[in-house]
Amino acid sequence: MKITESEVRYVADLANLKLADSEIARLAKDMDEILNYMDALNELDTSTVEPMAQVLYQSEETATLRADEIVPPIGNEAALANAPLAGAGYYKVPKVIER
Amino acid sequence: MTTDVAQLTIEQVQSGLAARKFSAVELAKSALKFAQAENPKTNAYLHFCPERALAAAERVDQKLAAGENAGPLAGVPLAVKDVIVTEGVRTTCGSRLLEHYIPPYDATAVVRLEQAGAVILGKTNCDEFAMGSSNENSAFGPVRNPVALDRVPGGSSGGSAAAVAQGTAVVAIGSDTGGSVRQPASFCGIVGVTPTYGRVSRYGLVAFASSLDHIGPFARTVRDSAQLLETMAGRDHCDATSAFAPVPRYTAQLDGEVAGTRIGLPREYFEGLASESGERIQHAIELLKKLGCEVRNISLPATKYAVPCYYIIATAEASSNLARYDGVRYTGRANDDTLSGMYRATRGEGFGAECKRRIMLGTYVLSHGYYDAYYLKAQKVRALIAEDFRRAFTEVDAIVAPVSPAPAFKIGEKIDDPLEMYLSDIYTITGDLAGIPCMSVPCGKTTEGLPVGMQILTRHFDETGMFRLADAFEKAGGFAGSN
Repeated sequence: MKITESEVRYVADLANLKLADSEIARLAKDMDEILNYMDALNELDTSTVEPMAQVLYQSEETATLRADEIVPPIGNEAALANAPLAGAGYYKVPKVIER
Repeated sequence: MTTDVAQLTIEQVQSGLAARKFSAVELAKSALKFAQAENPKTNAYLHFCPERALAAAERVDQKLAAGENAGPLAGVPLAVKDVIVTEGVRTTCGSRLLEHYIPPYDATAVVRLEQAGAVILGKTNCDEFAMGSSNENSAFGPVRNPVALDRVPGGSSGGSAAAVAQGTAVVAIGSDTGGSVRQPASFCGIVGVTPTYGRVSRYGLVAFASSLDHIGPFARTVRDSAQLLETMAGRDHCDATSAFAPVPRYTAQLDGEVAGTRIGLPREYFEGLASESGERIQHAIELLKKLGCEVRNISLPATKYAVPCYYIIATAEASSNLARYDGVRYTGRANDDTLSGMYRATRGEGFGAECKRRIMLGTYVLSHGYYDAYYLKAQKVRALIAEDFRRAFTEVDAIVAPVSPAPAFKIGEKIDDPLEMYLSDIYTITGDLAGIPCMSVPCGKTTEGLPVGMQILTRHFDETGMFRLADAFEKAGGFAGSN
């Protein structure tokens, strides 16, 4: 077993996912199978290989510097238009600080 | 209007407009009418945007009336995958979480296509947040393959591929992270292109796995796909990963000159291939030889590690990219008295099973104690896969391979076996991992009538060579499987 149900619950907690018991059981089975499959990578000796952290990037050193032009921002109203709950120009969430 | 909108190419739209056979508004209206009437068969579109389409068509007609250049895509009906944002037009990513999300801006690709005269008809169905290989992970129902309605169109850009194959759009755009453009193109019998990493700006593409995500075109001809790419491509200051390299005019270089092109056949891609798909590809290779290409066998030894490598990197990046859907900014929210309870309930109720599976896998491989064993290891293996291609391209100019181990499978056939589904991406994920351009072109059908796709891969930024080869293959009758 690569992963137990209690580990699945721990990971769900890290990922901020509320899962039903039936989902936990299913995920434990699926993740176990997939993680076992991923072990195939251990067949490869990568001790001298640099990790590929950058896919592709070619440009002159100064090419990323552009003129500092002011463009109109998206605006408060448009930015909040998709908020499930907003008020006074802010996103509203359940209270986190007790008075 | 008597023109058959289901068969038009970009060139035919341009000549029809120039000859006043139809106006852009007339074409948009009949294309919308046809698409809306046909859509129930496949569920390819999630929603249409007639107002925006007619406004765009109106602008084209005004320019034409004033004698101005209306752009290379003037009046061309276009479908856009619903993971690419469109200002004022609902963009759901195939997810319940974003069911009511109306973006406040347009993706750069969308802006460029519309500036070139394209007419967006609507937004196409896809696997939720582009995660899937069959389009069955959409919260709004699966897409059916127009070629065989009981089969999947492939995924995740299944709606865009189905729309172009069905004729409810002339061209479409989708996104490819592990094969999500090429695999559905092959399943539906059309052309699908994944350009070099960074070739097309991802500004406005809802992020899945940022080191792998690409926007790419779908079309019924190579020329149309090349036209779409040259219109969208190029540096965009809104996407820091977009490339500075100048964009060639791909369409001006489709001259059929492919004699002497050195083509490599990677042996690892031909093992375990379904027999009929293998026969179609072999048949296609014979045609390439007749065109004067030099074909030789090559080896890409790290190929067998690509699937586990990909599903570590892609899920790790997905778990961080999807963290933003927490019930605060993007419409969907489940109620709870506490902030953390609200986050958890929103995500637990909002994401579908595949998204949850990938968030969980990604969170696990990035978590304390596992990072080196999984994520760092996968990044190293990714370097080996990229090195395989670099080495191969010192000997050959292009690589030809299958797109998928088998043609379109039945709806429901693989949905309960995630690992089996992941393995169907085996031939497409390598191109994404290496960041090289790759495309799928049709190369005939199985005896059951299911399309088979051939994949062409070239060096970084050599879309020109890729399109030239694909175009010569098409002109020689390769799409129909003739030889």
